[in-house]
Amino acid sequence: MPKVIVTVMPKPSVLDPQGVATAKLMKQSGLAGVGRVRVGKSIEIEFESTPDAAKLEGVARDLLSNPVIEDFRIETLP
Amino acid sequence: MKVGVVRFPGSNCDQDCVVALSQFPGMSAEILWHKEDTVAGFDAIILPGGFSYGDYLRCGVSARFSPVMGAVKDFAAAGGPVLGVCNGFQILCESGLLPGALVRNRDLRFICEHTHLRVERTDTPFTRAASSGQILRIPIAHGEGCYFADNDTLRDLREHGQVLLRYSDERGYLSQETNPNGSRDNIAGICNRERNVFGLMPHPERACDPLLGSTDGRVIFQSLLS
Amino acid sequence: MTPEVTPEIVAKHGLSPEEYARIESILGRAPNFTELGVFSVMWSEHCSYKNSRPELRKFPTEGTRVLVKAGEENAGVIDIGDGWAVAFKIESHNHPSAVEPFQGAATGVGGIIRDIFTMGARPVFSMNSLRFGDIRGEEGAANRRLFAGVVAGIAHYGNCIGIPTIGGEVYFDDSYAGNPLVNAFCLGILRHEQIARGAATGVGNPVFYVGAETGRDGLAGAAFASRDLTEESKEDRPAVQVGDPFREKLLLEACLELLASGCVAGIQDMGAAGLTCSTCETASRGGTGVEIDTEKVPKRETGMTPYEILLSESQERMLVIVKKGQEGQVKEIFEKWDLPYSEVGVVNDDGLMRVKEGGRVVVEIPARALADEAPVYVREAAPKPPPHPSDSKKLLADIPEPDAAGIHSALETLLKFPSIASKRWVWRQYDHMVRLGAAVLPGSDAAVFIVREANKILAATTDCNALYCRQDPREGARIAVAEAARNLACSGAVPLAVTDNLNFGNPYRPENFLQLREAVEGLAEACRQLGVPVTGGNVSLYNESPSGAIDPTPTVGMVGLIEDAAHITTQAFQNPGDVIFLLGSPGSEIGASHYLLAVHERKAGAPPALDFSREMAVHEALRTLIRKGMVRSAHDCSEGGLAVALAESCLAGPAPLGATISLLPDTTERTDVMLFNESQSRVIISVPEDHADKVSELLSECGIPWTRLGTVTDQPSLNIRLRKDAEYSWNTEHLQHLWNNTIEEIMEG
Repeated sequence: MPKVIVTVMPKPSVLDPQGVATAKLMKQSGLAGVGRVRVGKSIEIEFESTPDAAKLEGVARDLLSNPVIEDFRIETLP
Repeated sequence: MKVGVVRFPGSNCDQDCVVALSQFPGMSAEILWHKEDTVAGFDAIILPGGFSYGDYLRCGVSARFSPVMGAVKDFAAAGGPVLGVCNGFQILCESGLLPGALVRNRDLRFICEHTHLRVERTDTPFTRAASSGQILRIPIAHGEGCYFADNDTLRDLREHGQVLLRYSDERGYLSQETNPNGSRDNIAGICNRERNVFGLMPHPERACDPLLGSTDGRVIFQSLLS
Repeated sequence: MTPEVTPEIVAKHGLSPEEYARIESILGRAPNFTELGVFSVMWSEHCSYKNSRPELRKFPTEGTRVLVKAGEENAGVIDIGDGWAVAFKIESHNHPSAVEPFQGAATGVGGIIRDIFTMGARPVFSMNSLRFGDIRGEEGAANRRLFAGVVAGIAHYGNCIGIPTIGGEVYFDDSYAGNPLVNAFCLGILRHEQIARGAATGVGNPVFYVGAETGRDGLAGAAFASRDLTEESKEDRPAVQVGDPFREKLLLEACLELLASGCVAGIQDMGAAGLTCSTCETASRGGTGVEIDTEKVPKRETGMTPYEILLSESQERMLVIVKKGQEGQVKEIFEKWDLPYSEVGVVNDDGLMRVKEGGRVVVEIPARALADEAPVYVREAAPKPPPHPSDSKKLLADIPEPDAAGIHSALETLLKFPSIASKRWVWRQYDHMVRLGAAVLPGSDAAVFIVREANKILAATTDCNALYCRQDPREGARIAVAEAARNLACSGAVPLAVTDNLNFGNPYRPENFLQLREAVEGLAEACRQLGVPVTGGNVSLYNESPSGAIDPTPTVGMVGLIEDAAHITTQAFQNPGDVIFLLGSPGSEIGASHYLLAVHERKAGAPPALDFSREMAVHEALRTLIRKGMVRSAHDCSEGGLAVALAESCLAGPAPLGATISLLPDTTERTDVMLFNESQSRVIISVPEDHADKVSELLSECGIPWTRLGTVTDQPSLNIRLRKDAEYSWNTEHLQHLWNNTIEEIMEG
């Protein structure tokens, strides 16, 4: 069963309050050297057969991510 | 009785708690700034509702780093009464003072409405002025108020009588329809095993004035006072 | 490095050749690229009102309670007695919400809240007026997405910052498909002596920047709001700002603490046109100059040019002019609230807005010319078209009078028509209870809020029937004001003042400009008649989607005062046995009604005619009865007429009550006209049985028509008898299900 992971991240120029807050928390936890942090989401999809790459890309762009503020990345696991 | 209401950055029910508590003769309430590292001089502590530190990452998680929470933990360990409302309940769970976690509501939307609650136990400093099985009409307002705990924890809570409030209908019956957010076991509020730390999602401070439609929240503060 | 200013670049900035010539004459030279950007945003419609200003001058702005007039500051301020005042305003965020509904609506809420606390007021509640395309059916999918996104965005921002969203309105009509309207209202409370000014006064005073770091958010959003929405603007997407309500909460608390400290000479939020607008406006108001250095501005991104920094619309930022010598105390407050800040400049006396990048001057423009001397245009208005027919008989000529089954289903159709159906699905997502003020839950005629710190009770409403405005913008606008005042009267309040949000299409089209002019004149006349000043608001033009202009929507936000908690009244019937009265005449005008729209799918006919003296007499009569403690419920007749108003009064309580109504034995009107006409100046009240005779007597003394309609019952049934041969009965439990759940069922599928 092929598995696909779609990672959705805020675009680099978009304000990410969650990322800023998370960076601060990690620094407070004593982790040194924390720079910029971005928080996105990871969506794991199990397929019964190999998905249509173009359709998958379309769904990732228009449904799983919001193209106005987010980028996405598709990773197919064997 | 002097109650400290903690103000985290992003708290927004702190002033409401002060207003509601001030109606009770014999009770005074003061704001406690989150950068304070002591709660000396207070007889009870309230962690109010709101979005502490913006509630980014997870609700209630950031408060664990605030100086005042160290003092609140010591206060609770020494048996002092600590009440967490809404975001305060989330903070109590995230900082380990109460078991379980609060996750997104079943229908994924924020819900603000009146609910009916059945009082399950009256042997605590927060419910002793109520009668067992009493129905309280108190509003909720949250996006992440679905109480979750694993089966062992739930069994533990029940065995030790730690479930203090459950979402019910106006006659006290429990069902999925009376459960606004999908909480396990219709749980609206729990206490710790020592019974001095109480967290609930509904807002008793919003049900203390007849002009707002209910005064059923008073029983919680009355209990604290008696 | 900066591009050269060519005619193409000028056109791309939305400036006409004449406007460019004017810029050259103001500067005495050609502008550089950065200066051109600064002019383009300040002279956009959104900032300068260049196409609407001559119209806006028609509004009455004076009144004994007016402390800060329309246009003087970010929001008007009105005295409410005992040294207390309210600051309130409504503002649109239509275009950003069309592109990204969640963030567009959220930042709209954030922007209006900043406008209020910039005045020195503590924001105490919000409302919003929303319009979307039809959400029903398969074709409604895009509109549902916009509706869900906007509501979630408003909830996100308002709930987090802890300002209750307690009311407003939502309408659905295909004229808004692809161009939703998101008009956000906020009201704040302050002491008279706390009014803060957005003026840069005191030469030598330092200028501080406080709040979120500047990024490339919403670059030139003000210019963006002043263009038609086209297919390309979807690609044109850097113009999306992301809101951070937590940051704004800190900024709000810090600013109020700062203003209370007495260290502040002037304060201005950075909204549309960001740093540009706040610097030149404060200088212009102060009659001074302001110099800032972009290198000192806190930034979120690297490599930003002065052009980008000046035009950025990053949210949650303020410009504060600090009294010299008190910088230390100011810094302490910013640090307490963990807010980034920087001293970015100084007030001087040369009247210029000067921007440096390090040592190099990049902008030097006379501040007053930039802020206040934008070109003003009187656009061409199309000739007035002939009025639509108002005769109900003609309008219904090809519609047979419905039989009993037809009447039965017509009321059901109206109650589940999304614009009329209960908006519970919407307001359940808003925290409307925080701050312990919501004495009336959302959904009644007006929101009622207890302001505890001032010991005052306020009522507020937003209203506009855009179908009326489409058919007759002048009459529709007059009715919007009258209905708002009527809603306040129904809740027990006396109106104080008005804020308006004028939503129209592209003003370069003469038929659109005619609508704007007619509506403004209608609003102005109605406000004069009712004695309520306009304290400010917002103009949103270019509301067009590929299918054409929106229906003209001049939204009226009105605020009133309730003298005594005992006067608070809601629309819900309270008690079986209470007697129901109609204040006003039974009416017969069916033009532009929701009956024609929802049941017969027609936008047809003239809106009902409004008679101000009748309208005011009805309000006075109602207030008299309320003051005497005789009224248990009051609800105005609006969309759907008498039948819908009666049904809503039955359904609005926690458990439905019934009513038995007997209308007019000797009328010759059609049954559908009697039940669903939308004649104005009508209110349904219920009163305790033992007061009924006294109420009849008092109403007769008031000199208004009235009818004793029937009684409230504990049966789950609404029974209406019009004539011997026309009796109808509806099960109220069924009606309540339709009314309450329709929107939820559409949205949750």
